[in-house]
Amino acid sequence: MNEMPNLEQASAMTTSKISANNVQVYYGDTHAIRDVNIEIQPQSVTAFIGPSGCGKSTFLRTLNRMNDTIDICRVEGTITIDGEDIYNAKVDPVQLRAKVGMVFQKPNPFPKSIYDNVAYGPRIHGLARNKAELDDIVASSLQKAGLWEEAKDRLDEPGTGMSGGQQQRLCIARAIAVSPEVILMDEPCSALDPIATAKVEELIDELRENYTIVIVTHSMQQAARVSQRTAFFHMGVLVEEGPTEDIFTNPKDKRTQDYITGRFG
Amino acid sequence: MTDATQSPETGPAQTGAPVKSKSLYALDNLTRKRNAAEKRFKFYGLGAVLVGLFFLVVLATAIISEGIPAFTRTIVEVEFTLTQDQYDTAEKELFKTKAYEQFFIGALQKQLEESGMSVPVDAAAIERIVGKTGGTIREYFKANPGALGAPAEFELAASSRVDGYMNGRVTRVEMTDSRFLQASDLDIVDSLVEAGIIKTVFNWNFITGADSGVDNPGGAGIGASVVGSFFMMLVVLFLSLPIGVAASIYLEEFAPQNRFTDLIEVNISNLAAVPSIVFGILGLAVFIQFMHLPQSAPLVGGLVLTLMTLPTIIISTRASLKAVPPSIRDAALGVGASKMQSIFHHVLPLAMPGILTGTIIGLAQALGETAPLLLIGMVGFVARGYPDGVIAGFIDPNSAMPAQIYTWAARADYAFYEKAWGGIIVLLVFLLTMNILAVILRRRFERRW
Repeated sequence: MNEMPNLEQASAMTTSKISANNVQVYYGDTHAIRDVNIEIQPQSVTAFIGPSGCGKSTFLRTLNRMNDTIDICRVEGTITIDGEDIYNAKVDPVQLRAKVGMVFQKPNPFPKSIYDNVAYGPRIHGLARNKAELDDIVASSLQKAGLWEEAKDRLDEPGTGMSGGQQQRLCIARAIAVSPEVILMDEPCSALDPIATAKVEELIDELRENYTIVIVTHSMQQAARVSQRTAFFHMGVLVEEGPTEDIFTNPKDKRTQDYITGRFG
Repeated sequence: MTDATQSPETGPAQTGAPVKSKSLYALDNLTRKRNAAEKRFKFYGLGAVLVGLFFLVVLATAIISEGIPAFTRTIVEVEFTLTQDQYDTAEKELFKTKAYEQFFIGALQKQLEESGMSVPVDAAAIERIVGKTGGTIREYFKANPGALGAPAEFELAASSRVDGYMNGRVTRVEMTDSRFLQASDLDIVDSLVEAGIIKTVFNWNFITGADSGVDNPGGAGIGASVVGSFFMMLVVLFLSLPIGVAASIYLEEFAPQNRFTDLIEVNISNLAAVPSIVFGILGLAVFIQFMHLPQSAPLVGGLVLTLMTLPTIIISTRASLKAVPPSIRDAALGVGASKMQSIFHHVLPLAMPGILTGTIIGLAQALGETAPLLLIGMVGFVARGYPDGVIAGFIDPNSAMPAQIYTWAARADYAFYEKAWGGIIVLLVFLLTMNILAVILRRRFERRW
């Protein structure tokens, strides 16, 4: 898995999907994120690691403007996706979020049927012209999320009745259904058991072919397993970013080294 | 760190000195005290529930035993034939109704004799038992000349004293010096009952009819004020639910947190505690004196009660909106739903059971409210019948159930007191129906989880 990133890196340096320049995030008077500069490569998995409260989730949420929902949160600097500034006044966050989907820490399916969970996004964005098209979208999204075999006979049953791992994959299917280009995952496996986690990780690896994935994780093993590039955050600062292999085998910064070797208090 | 992991297994052994371990069978003092306190607390709780149940039973028994007589009615059923000749003679008399009364008494006597009884019946006694009958009979035959010559069935309402006697409310002893009914009249009543002429029937008029004058408790019904209450509740529901929910959504989801919204919040909480009579006088000033809406109209009553219900609905709606997990909002926003879509598609349906509960509590409060109606003229108004049509239902003067009950309770005649209890039964049934409806609705929404 880790042989590829070097190849990709060479071609992708010039055409990054997301690029953040000098990003600052404030919560009221608290300066939560300082001077973050990062290039996120397309068709690859980028992992954000770091201790709790280091700002990795906060930064992730600036990428699809989920922070807009918090009154006191303020973002400075520029973040561009495909060269377009997402904080430009012309950008509607709703449209942005259709392009940059999100999967959350806790599986949060809607209290509706499995079908309706997946169909909700396409419905509100008008992606299907008729029922047959909607059925297709739901089926292919569930297939891509590796849930089709388990879910095809119970599409009418509530999504909340599934197991935790299935629910999380349902959430991924829901995110895929609106055909995003980027999928943000905020600790998607933290509430799952090892078997469900393995399945979701496998899925992430498959999805990499078609989507740009950014994943926040507490587990360094997970970062090593699924990502091609890793960014280490500490105290609101992006300490180090690079190919996953380099970060874990040959970190440049002492803080990164301390963290990955478990010496952090 | 290593110590911590070892101590649970090896700790006691390492301390060396053998500690005399206490038996698990012997309770130590602290545990005993704690258990006693827990048991005591359980008893207090049980006691409180039992006291509550006791009062509920007392209330229910009182209401039912006092109110049931309101649902029965004593009638005097007389069948008699008025010939054309009799009609003509009576119409020639100077006191026409007197003549009719004589015919009526004659018929009554005949019926009594037929059943093998003979009690002297005089006009004065009949008047005390069923009121003046002559007028009723004359009106009937004047209106239906075709009925002359054929046997006609007359159902006359017995006086409230006779009604009370039948219900056991009026006793012979009380009647010894009453000018309304004399002890000898009760003998007549007794034999009329035996002959099947006086009987107790279910009083449909009480449920369907309108209020009567102060001198006719037997004819009083709560129907018109049920209709009044119904229209009032419609106004309250269709104004307070959308306004309350919209205000809550705005305050909870959209409003910025600043001094102004804080002020609004404090005011809403305070409004919920404002005495209802204050809303009444506000309604009088604003809706009637300033806006010149009709007095005593269910529309105005509904508007006043809407003001009163709004804070209750807003507070409970906000609480149930707050209770919807933020993960649902995130999920909706995450797939690119707008804020409004996330609220209307996901948050609101989940908050619906709570909103309905608050609404029903608010409506129940409004339904039982009398004080504000006092000030806009819905108390003491004697509704003579049903409003004709829906619009009239909103703007024609009417009463409401609690106002009607209050009016009856304030009247001198003891028979109205009985009606007041009966009215409470109808009010409670109305309320129960509303609650059951709400429970059914809530079930339907809850199934969506």
